[in-house]
Amino acid sequence: MNRLLLLIPLLLVIALLLVLGSGLGNDPTKLDSARIGKAFPAFSLQSLQNADKTFTEQDLKGDLFLLNVWATWCPSCKTEHPYLLKIAAENQVVVVGHNYKDDRVAAIKWLQQLGDPYRFTLFDPKGQLGFDLGVYGAPETYLIDAQGVVRYRHVGVVDEKVWKTELLPVIERLRAGKA
Amino acid sequence: MKRVIEAVVQTTDAWRTTGARLALILMLAVPAGVKASIDTYEFQDEGQLRQYQILAQELRCPKCQNQNIADSNAPIAQDMREQVYRLTLEGKSQTEIVDYMIERFGEFVTYTPRFDLTTWLLWLGPGFLALLGLVVVVRMARPKSVSQAPVISQEERDRLKSILTQDEKPS
Repeated sequence: MNRLLLLIPLLLVIALLLVLGSGLGNDPTKLDSARIGKAFPAFSLQSLQNADKTFTEQDLKGDLFLLNVWATWCPSCKTEHPYLLKIAAENQVVVVGHNYKDDRVAAIKWLQQLGDPYRFTLFDPKGQLGFDLGVYGAPETYLIDAQGVVRYRHVGVVDEKVWKTELLPVIERLRAGKA
Repeated sequence: MKRVIEAVVQTTDAWRTTGARLALILMLAVPAGVKASIDTYEFQDEGQLRQYQILAQELRCPKCQNQNIADSNAPIAQDMREQVYRLTLEGKSQTEIVDYMIERFGEFVTYTPRFDLTTWLLWLGPGFLALLGLVVVVRMARPKSVSQAPVISQEERDRLKSILTQDEKPS
């Protein structure tokens, strides 16, 4: 009995090592979004291309949406742009743009030059929707289900690895859940 | 801000005679000026100013981690300061503003996490470990009990005595 008690410190150390070790691989700059599992925040924003057209959170319901937060001042957004075009071309999910704290003319020019993967783009020059959504830098990419609930957030560039290992599995799970 | 500067000027006039006091006032006045170098917010009263300052220290920038929003120059920290200012002017309490930020950026955003199911270990853990340590130390420090000598019965005592006397006889 006493011999077994002697093992307790060892077990505690092993438990501590496991807990700390599991945290080693985590990227501390990637935060869990506080919005996961909650309704997409209410908003009313102009279309980037057409100031007369206004979108609200109702426009992000009824289908699975991939909302990409981007801006022309963000170099990483340029990096991920070709891959967003690919996702949109393959029609895997509806890709929507969220132009964040940007200049309208520059943003329209950007899309004309690089191609436009977005079904529509929200123009958020003050970043109010971004703030309500908990965006703390661009690019960020959100998955919103048919009920308008935020299901996933990816901070940083979307590339093939992120798409295949993070976004696509969630999309497939959500589609399967719906079927 | 203007009121503060005026107050400093008046005080310096009155205390001009003592260089040391003047230096002290400058030392006190300068940090406030430096801090307000980017944002110039005007508050209705001291309470609002104090609340803003506390919250700017208390809220953590999600982008420049390990900096509070008062220290960080990240655009998001600037936005957060602006929102804190706006909500403060609207008369929101400190807790309401912290909750507003947590709703958007998660528990990460506050340096004083709320006590709930996910943070109880964080709050109670250190106290529990300290208590555990105390118990261990007390147990180790307690003197070993003196009554360690084996107790023998009357019967054993008689036998022992007879053995001892037997041994003595032949010699």
